[in-house]
Amino acid sequence: MATTITMPQLGESVTEGTVAQWLKKPGDAIEKYEPFVEISTDKVTAEVPSPVSGVLKEIIVKEGDTVPTGTAIAVIDEVGAAAAQTAPIDSPAVEPQTRPPHATPAPARPQSGPQPPRPFVARPGSRNGGALNPPEVLRRVSPAVRRLARENNIDLTTVRGSGEHGRITANDVLAAAAQGPAAAMAAGIMAAPEIRQPSAPTPTPLRPAAPSAPIQPKGPVPPAAPLPPAAAASGRSTYDRPIPGTLVPLTQARKIIAQRMVESKHTAPHAWTMVEVDVTDLWNLRQREKDKFQREKGVALTLLPFFIHAVVQSLKAYPLMNARFTDEGIQVLKEINVGIAVAAGSNLMVPVIRHADNYSVAGLAVEAAKLIEKARFGKVGADDLTGGTFTVNNTGSNGSVLSAPILNGGQAGIVTMEAVVKRPVVVDDDKIAIRSMMNVCLSLDHRVVDGAIASAFLVDLKKRIEKMSQLAL
Amino acid sequence: MAKAVESLAFERHGLSDEQLRWMLRNMHLQRTIDNRGFQLNRQGKIPFATGSEGHEGIHAGAALAFERGKDVLVPYYRDAGLCIGVGMEPIDVLLGMFARGAERQGGRQFPSHFTHRAIGIMSFSSIIAAHCPHAAGAAYGMKYRKETGRAVLCCFGDGATSEGEWHEAVNFSAVHNLPIVWLCENNEWAISTPREHQMAIKDIVQKADGYGMRGSICDGSDPIAVYQTVKDALDRARSSGGPTLVEAKCYRFLSHTTDDDDRTYRSREEVEKHRSLDPILRHERTLLEHGLITVEEIEALKKDVLREVNEITDRAEALPYPDPSQLYVNVYEGTHEPWR
Amino acid sequence: MALATAGTTTMNNVEAVRHTLYEALKADPKTLIMGEDVGARGNVFLITKGFLEEFGPERIIDTPLAEASIVGVAVGMAMEGLRPIAEIQFADFIYPAFNQIVGEAAKTRYRSNGDYTCPLVIRTPYGGGVRGALSHSVSIEALFYHVPGLKIVAPSFPADIKGLLNAAIDDPDPVMFLEHKKTYRLVKGEVPNGHYTIPIGKAEVKIAGDALTAVSYGLYVHQAIEAAKQLAADGLSVEVIDLRSIRPMDRTTILESVRKTRKLLIIQEDNKFGGIGAEISAMVVEEAFFDLDAPIRRLAGPDVPAMGYAQTLEEEFMIPTSRMADTMREMVAF
Repeated sequence: MATTITMPQLGESVTEGTVAQWLKKPGDAIEKYEPFVEISTDKVTAEVPSPVSGVLKEIIVKEGDTVPTGTAIAVIDEVGAAAAQTAPIDSPAVEPQTRPPHATPAPARPQSGPQPPRPFVARPGSRNGGALNPPEVLRRVSPAVRRLARENNIDLTTVRGSGEHGRITANDVLAAAAQGPAAAMAAGIMAAPEIRQPSAPTPTPLRPAAPSAPIQPKGPVPPAAPLPPAAAASGRSTYDRPIPGTLVPLTQARKIIAQRMVESKHTAPHAWTMVEVDVTDLWNLRQREKDKFQREKGVALTLLPFFIHAVVQSLKAYPLMNARFTDEGIQVLKEINVGIAVAAGSNLMVPVIRHADNYSVAGLAVEAAKLIEKARFGKVGADDLTGGTFTVNNTGSNGSVLSAPILNGGQAGIVTMEAVVKRPVVVDDDKIAIRSMMNVCLSLDHRVVDGAIASAFLVDLKKRIEKMSQLAL
Repeated sequence: MAKAVESLAFERHGLSDEQLRWMLRNMHLQRTIDNRGFQLNRQGKIPFATGSEGHEGIHAGAALAFERGKDVLVPYYRDAGLCIGVGMEPIDVLLGMFARGAERQGGRQFPSHFTHRAIGIMSFSSIIAAHCPHAAGAAYGMKYRKETGRAVLCCFGDGATSEGEWHEAVNFSAVHNLPIVWLCENNEWAISTPREHQMAIKDIVQKADGYGMRGSICDGSDPIAVYQTVKDALDRARSSGGPTLVEAKCYRFLSHTTDDDDRTYRSREEVEKHRSLDPILRHERTLLEHGLITVEEIEALKKDVLREVNEITDRAEALPYPDPSQLYVNVYEGTHEPWR
Repeated sequence: MALATAGTTTMNNVEAVRHTLYEALKADPKTLIMGEDVGARGNVFLITKGFLEEFGPERIIDTPLAEASIVGVAVGMAMEGLRPIAEIQFADFIYPAFNQIVGEAAKTRYRSNGDYTCPLVIRTPYGGGVRGALSHSVSIEALFYHVPGLKIVAPSFPADIKGLLNAAIDDPDPVMFLEHKKTYRLVKGEVPNGHYTIPIGKAEVKIAGDALTAVSYGLYVHQAIEAAKQLAADGLSVEVIDLRSIRPMDRTTILESVRKTRKLLIIQEDNKFGGIGAEISAMVVEEAFFDLDAPIRRLAGPDVPAMGYAQTLEEEFMIPTSRMADTMREMVAF
């Protein structure tokens, strides 16, 4: 069989060679190790011995020509029974073409550089989706990020990290800064209707709820930057004052809202259901108690704390509604931390009442009022925005009677209080009465619960609310 | 007042009376300064001093053989007398002892480490024999520029001849037939190492053969003999005759430095036995015997030397240390801001 | 410096050294070359081939096999007014000359407070990847760049070699000129005609970028450039700085770059511990702590005495371009 001979590397740092002289011509017999060609480089001239015995079949590179090392220069036809396929020509300085096996197993290559940081496990449900800046991320803030955040007044708890494992990078901070201070604050937060007294439905547009605000670490966090005033009437097309036919630039907040919404919708299969709740008695209870409550507690008494109280009891009865989907299993959460969607200017926040099950209705009223006030005036802090397990949205304060909210931060359910509307309703004994009716809508993560549980939960909630005329505050 | 008595002829090798007397003064000056260093150290005024007692004859003789303005001297740290002899100001020695900023090297070097480019004294370090290749290089430069009438005089002790760099330098000078005299001031001791532990031969001049080089040997306690031997070698070198290894035998009477205690490695008897080789006594005797000096003149000379040494001691002591900012200059040419 | 003639010539690194030495010898009769086999053999890489015939044995000196005196005698020549260019045949042989380089040449100006100076160039080929094994492959810069009073340069582009070698020859202080032997024939480039110098102590940004700074020199700067180009094809922008001078080191260029990219990778062929990457890292953290958006990383030779002769051992020591690119990607994504 034919063996191709290539230009050897005769010496360190040599990259080419010249065929000085062929010592054999085609047809000549060659013995193994017999010199058959003379090669010269600018360092050395040497006779090259043949790797095989045989007959020189073909000369590819002629005398005087220079070619790079490794180029084919000749072909030798091997003769002899034991002729084996050989590697290209082997001379003392040539690197062998095939690597000999390791005599001993090679030791593991030691790590170069510092070990990559232990990856933190993102909150189940999404890679950083909805779960902005868990404690692990905020502990790994680099000097550059700290400085840029300080210089630009950026609250790092609100900056979404685009780096490895969700790390906040310097560019993330700079991008947040480019949007203005409030934009960073608004990252991950969305508009919600203000909590107002229920009134006759007014034809205001539906504003759906959206995924929750960033989850914050425990510990002191600088106060949030003040929210921006509404855009001045300067002819600029903004979200607050959009001009038809123009492009309203996306603020950081809207970018993040958009991201969150898409993520939530694309991760969790949303299903929806509703019940009609007769809040006549509750309403009357509230009317009776509100002035005294205002005097004694200093906060207004709305339907919201009653609603949250009932939600909490129903969540206890149906723990799968207070859960999250993970690939490893449905994480049934221990704490019941209820988020309340709050509008603050043109932004949306979802402050969380932690351990909502620890509060009475009165307590919930006070807590909710505190959080709402903080949110409205941009004073909400880290602790207030983290850890929510279920969300309540008072869409009815805008006048809607049906809403299809988007799940928040990987939670299994989100529930709305729609507008309280006086309707003619069939009551006991098939009589017709005028009752104050409030729809309660539920979006659910169909990976966690099916319609049966979801509906049972809702029905349970309805019953509790309807019984609330007797509830001690 | 000297009487020009020729009654006892002696070989003065062309040295004038004045030169002969100059040699004595140089020797006394050397010894007094030397001792002053030890005194100042024992007084606690300076931390360190080297001693060259016993080398005075070599230094006085070699200094006269050296041609100022032409030759280059590459000495080592026991050559204060030689450096003064070729024209260095005696106060430079004291400035070095006191580490004054006004010293030519800014107080950077140990005492007895000199430099004086203007008069041909080459800067050197404390590293034994490291200066020898430099001396060969300097000699190469003279040959390269085809400068006859110039030569390099390189001095070192017996211990230096064991160093690889000595060997390489001497070998190089022989290969290239350089205009250099390799002057070994063999005082028989390298700190505590006696000659017999330093080499298997008895005389260092025997090494010359190994390099195919000329060698000569002389009695280092006789400054006139040293003068003659070194002059012959320098003349040869200056006229393209190549290198010579000159061995001048002497004795180191003091410890290596003020940090050394020679009582730990040699007996007082041995030291005293060699006192008969004291070059100063020997030269005084020679001058006295030949009427070139009187006893009174010797006393007057010693007093004058003492006066001079006291004066330069006081002057040097009164000057300040170098400013700390001087630590940072002359690392490279020009301004250089070292990282701190 | 103004160029004597316009235009450039294509050369590889070894030709650039040779050409520069030749022009220097022609221009200044005080220059001379000394080392082992530099005369009749013309240097083991043929750098000085023909020089002996043209300049004579006084100027092209075949020294005895004695590294300490190759440098030591050159020190003496330099102290007394010549401009010697001493060659150590392979950097691995330099250790006997350590005393003369570090104890003498580096200190001449300092110890004499400027009375004597030492305008000496010590040239030596270093570096691996040529199957040079334990005694023809080492990097020695770390032994010397620690020493104030010395200057160390290691250019690896032909135009840089010419400019820096000229600067070294002109320099009034001792300069070690390190030539990576693998780049001798591997690296080609355009070299401006005529005499010019490049200031010692100036690095050069070989590729501009903004997502990561990679600092290197020698053979690896070429690989770093290759890796950066691979990343650029994926839209990742890496800035590659060729240090060129190790001491004095160009702090300004490094800091400017790190302030822009906020991430720093140092790639050195030398052993990791105490290599130049350590000095650069410390300096950058001292000066630009609040600009760093990632830990500084170093890719370096492993801490073993030398690379072995067997191909597998050498390859284990040397860093392939792919590993540089992977590290760059990791750092950009961090």
